Amino acid sequence: MNIVVLVKQVPDTATERKLSDADNTLDRAASDGVINELDEYAIEEALQLKEKHGGEVTVLTMGPDQATDSIRKALSMGADKAVFVNDDALHGSDALQTAYALAQALGTIEYDLVVLGSESTDARTGVVGAALAEYLGLPQLTFAGKVDVDGGAVRIQRQTDYGYDVVEAQMPAVVSVVEKINEPRYPSFKLIMQAKKKPVDKKSAADAGIDTGKVGLANATTETVDFAAAPPRAAGTIVTDEGDGGAKIADFLSEKKFV
Amino acid sequence: MAEVLVLVDHVDGQVKKVTAELLTVARRIGEPAAVWVGDGAESGKAGLAEFGAEKVYVASSELNDYVVAPKAELLAKLAQEKSAAAILVSATPENKEVAGRAAVKLGSGVLTDVVDVTAEAVAEHSIFGGATIAHARVRTGVPVVAVRPNSIPAEPATGAAAEETVSVEVSDAAKGAKVVERVAQEKGDRPELTEAAVVVSGGRGVGSEDFTVVEQLADALGAAVGASRAAVDAGWYPNQFQVGQTGKTVSPNLYVALGISGAIQHRAGMQTSKNIVAVNKDPEAPIFELADYGVVGDLHTVAPQLTEEINKRK
Repeated sequence: MNIVVLVKQVPDTATERKLSDADNTLDRAASDGVINELDEYAIEEALQLKEKHGGEVTVLTMGPDQATDSIRKALSMGADKAVFVNDDALHGSDALQTAYALAQALGTIEYDLVVLGSESTDARTGVVGAALAEYLGLPQLTFAGKVDVDGGAVRIQRQTDYGYDVVEAQMPAVVSVVEKINEPRYPSFKLIMQAKKKPVDKKSAADAGIDTGKVGLANATTETVDFAAAPPRAAGTIVTDEGDGGAKIADFLSEKKFV
Repeated sequence: MAEVLVLVDHVDGQVKKVTAELLTVARRIGEPAAVWVGDGAESGKAGLAEFGAEKVYVASSELNDYVVAPKAELLAKLAQEKSAAAILVSATPENKEVAGRAAVKLGSGVLTDVVDVTAEAVAEHSIFGGATIAHARVRTGVPVVAVRPNSIPAEPATGAAAEETVSVEVSDAAKGAKVVERVAQEKGDRPELTEAAVVVSGGRGVGSEDFTVVEQLADALGAAVGASRAAVDAGWYPNQFQVGQTGKTVSPNLYVALGISGAIQHRAGMQTSKNIVAVNKDPEAPIFELADYGVVGDLHTVAPQLTEEINKRK
């Protein structure tokens, strides 16, 4: 069974993240890039499925040059190879354009399953998996807390507010995962060394079948009009508990009419 | 005035609060038309009329047998037939997906998790864990916008709520992912986390899987219970209650953080709460930078005292 895992490089949440004054897109120079956290769970799930059912795991990344760090991370966890779509024409693409571009790039790869994280930690739109399924015309098995493959069928537990839905589809399909699904492995030293020799197929937008008239900031379906630092919250009252901390909060809540 | 489609969130015929919020926003842009999928429209209609819905489009519950795609087909079809000015949905994980697919079908754009929308459908986002406020708009086609629950106060207005049955032929492509079973896990009587006016969350400081101290305070306040990632990762509280970057985003009137340090990953899920109260042993905990009222102390003594005081004052 061949699996493609989508990997995105995002700015590290622990650093200060900014938009660029020049074009209101993400300022990638302002903070360190890291692999999107949920993508590690997607890689882990793909590796576990490969261990059970055989086949190959291919990483697909679209992004700027520095995204190679995240590709290396994915390969050092155990993925077999990578496709890296890297083209200035893609700069500023929004979530739907990204889904379109990834769908086109997937057209150049053979796969049974596409696995991705349910959202990225930077834009957090949570729509790429669904939009990708729409573009590909494939079943959408998203927000999976559990994935089982049986012959040509795949079954997931889709997380809901009340618990989960069991959802079934025939492959090929698009699966997105939540962090509950597994515990991502740490790359071993051996795998890190091997990863350096694994093939990374770098493609331009044209190589990947992407129409550059449909991607990039100039063709975006959405536009960030302006941005500013959020106004700071007014400083609150902080007291040390001297045996009456609970009562003092109750007073505050009474004053605010919550009690 | 052009119609603004609002996808209704309902449970057993009861309209959720976020739908009233969406109808309020819809009135700024045009004429609100509610879109109801499944049974219960007959009983739920009154609740839509109270918030200005002029029309209620009702579609068969069969759409719910498959994941997301049929609802997106319905919204896209209605948007085209009615030349809608915008489509509004709540920013739940499922509805954001519906919004994304509908936008692809319409060749338009989608904005998710917005906290405000103007009459011109310009949306406000609170991004990077609440550190930045950004405004965005859809450049092509019908704007599809997913609004974060509890962000905009619902204001009543009278609407006709004229019912119209919509027949949709679910396409084969949309039947690819079939729901074969729905499993409800422990829920209890507490309000739903993202809808709740008050949320009480517990973190590492709770110290064990015994969340009683958190739950009792929540029940005294009529609140939902949340948990930090540290508490969920430790296996103390179920995953679906996690607040933060990889969990739920909440925006209640009151957020009480018990034993939560307030790392950026947690703040990303609760920073737009209107009032924040924190209890933590560590006076340096970043949660105190956000707190309107904070107590440096042991939650295991402060929270029970608070619960008792609230129950006394009721």
